[in-house]
Amino acid sequence: MTAVRILVGTRKGGFILTSDAGREKWSVAGPLFAGWEVYHIKGSPADPDRIFASQTSSWFGQIIQRSDDGGRTWAQPGSTGAAGPDGGQGMATGASNLFAYDTSRDTGRPLTTHQWYDGTQHPWKFARVWHLEPSPDDPDTCFAGVEDAALFRTTDGAATWQELAALRGHASGPDWMPGAGGLCLHTIVLDPANEQRIYCAISAAGTFRSDDAGLSWKPINRGLRSEHIPDPTAETGHCVHRIAIHPSHPDTLFMQKHWDVMRSDDGGDSWREVSGNLPSDFGFPIAVHAHEPETIYVIPILSDSLHYPPEGKLRVYRSRSGGQQWQALTRGLPQEHCYVNVLRDAMAVDTAHPCGVYFGTTGGQVYASSDGGDNWRAIVRDLPAVLSVEVQTLP
Amino acid sequence: MIRIVLPFHLQILANCGREVTVEVTGAITQRSVLDALESRYPMLRGTVREHISQQRRPRVRFFVDNTDVSHQPPDAALPESVARGERPFMIVGAVAGG
Repeated sequence: MTAVRILVGTRKGGFILTSDAGREKWSVAGPLFAGWEVYHIKGSPADPDRIFASQTSSWFGQIIQRSDDGGRTWAQPGSTGAAGPDGGQGMATGASNLFAYDTSRDTGRPLTTHQWYDGTQHPWKFARVWHLEPSPDDPDTCFAGVEDAALFRTTDGAATWQELAALRGHASGPDWMPGAGGLCLHTIVLDPANEQRIYCAISAAGTFRSDDAGLSWKPINRGLRSEHIPDPTAETGHCVHRIAIHPSHPDTLFMQKHWDVMRSDDGGDSWREVSGNLPSDFGFPIAVHAHEPETIYVIPILSDSLHYPPEGKLRVYRSRSGGQQWQALTRGLPQEHCYVNVLRDAMAVDTAHPCGVYFGTTGGQVYASSDGGDNWRAIVRDLPAVLSVEVQTLP
Repeated sequence: MIRIVLPFHLQILANCGREVTVEVTGAITQRSVLDALESRYPMLRGTVREHISQQRRPRVRFFVDNTDVSHQPPDAALPESVARGERPFMIVGAVAGG
């Protein structure tokens, strides 16, 4: 390993934090796309110099940015081919920002409605890209999870996007209801052992799995119990916050739900609760140690009404038994007067030895541990509210 | 020449200054002016008007001569001062947020 690169999305732009080989010294670059919300930035596992970013604004809509040099320069993908003001690359055509639901006869689904907050039906309407998931082996392929919930894919480096419409077109779609943040597809997990298998999570519809590369989907929520919906064990309607997987155990999934930490050992066909001795089982992120498939991390917050840590103490909880038994990790983290939140995409691990763990807060701090969570320090303290944290371990 | 004033964030996206000019043939309307803008700066497609519906984005407003023309029909003629290039067609981001 030569360095770790942390890709941070915030409410007011993107930042790139780069370490030395010892993960001791960090440089901070940014803000990228200043003034815009950057929901997610993620690098391609197949080419770490290629990075995709979701830049979004309630004023001016969705922009997709791409870097091919590790984040030093960025451009909207796609071009007319003619020279333009951005140099010899030509002007981006704007198609990279177009997320059109596929209603075509051959591959699409009718643009139906979903439930709105008041129980009425509401037309499906694109708002923003929440999550970008690059392919593990093709730098031109990337998946995008969007609001209103749907899954898109690019195979040309984000110049154009096509919807995998079977998910939005699932028979349960008209029953899906937005969470407080919108009807968002926020989690995409690509099975590292089976390229046909894709997991998605939608707030507040639940978790879905495809075993045919997105041509068809089924809800996988058996075992979840959500007291705030009319049927607590319904097939859909659960507010799943985040799911995580370890590459060596692809049938084992970990989930942080609205309430409850869950695990599945059969690819999501069934779930069981592993909240154990957590002080609160409400939270947003969940992550798996890079080298220990049964070591997992969550950051509990007090409740759905009180989005801050219990007792004002920022504690990461680590389980080395795949759940149930949890240990508070506090060294280097504020243990009084701390009322920040950590959002669903804002925790990640590196693959160095020992494993590094990183998370960003709504207070603008990015914390790092280079020893699996035993000790923490803030790399930066005063960024805008952090929306996402992704990590690249550079060779 | 039609003069168009862009808000800060769109200047960054288009790599241009505060004011740009475009050629418009035929009637000078919101639609024809924005079509010309997007033709000259295609990376702005979807930022002023939504990609598919071509509706003005809710937090974007259009002003001419200190008058809000946002709610005028997209094919209504814009004032002569815009057509003659005396006054700019202003695209403004609504004041909001923090």
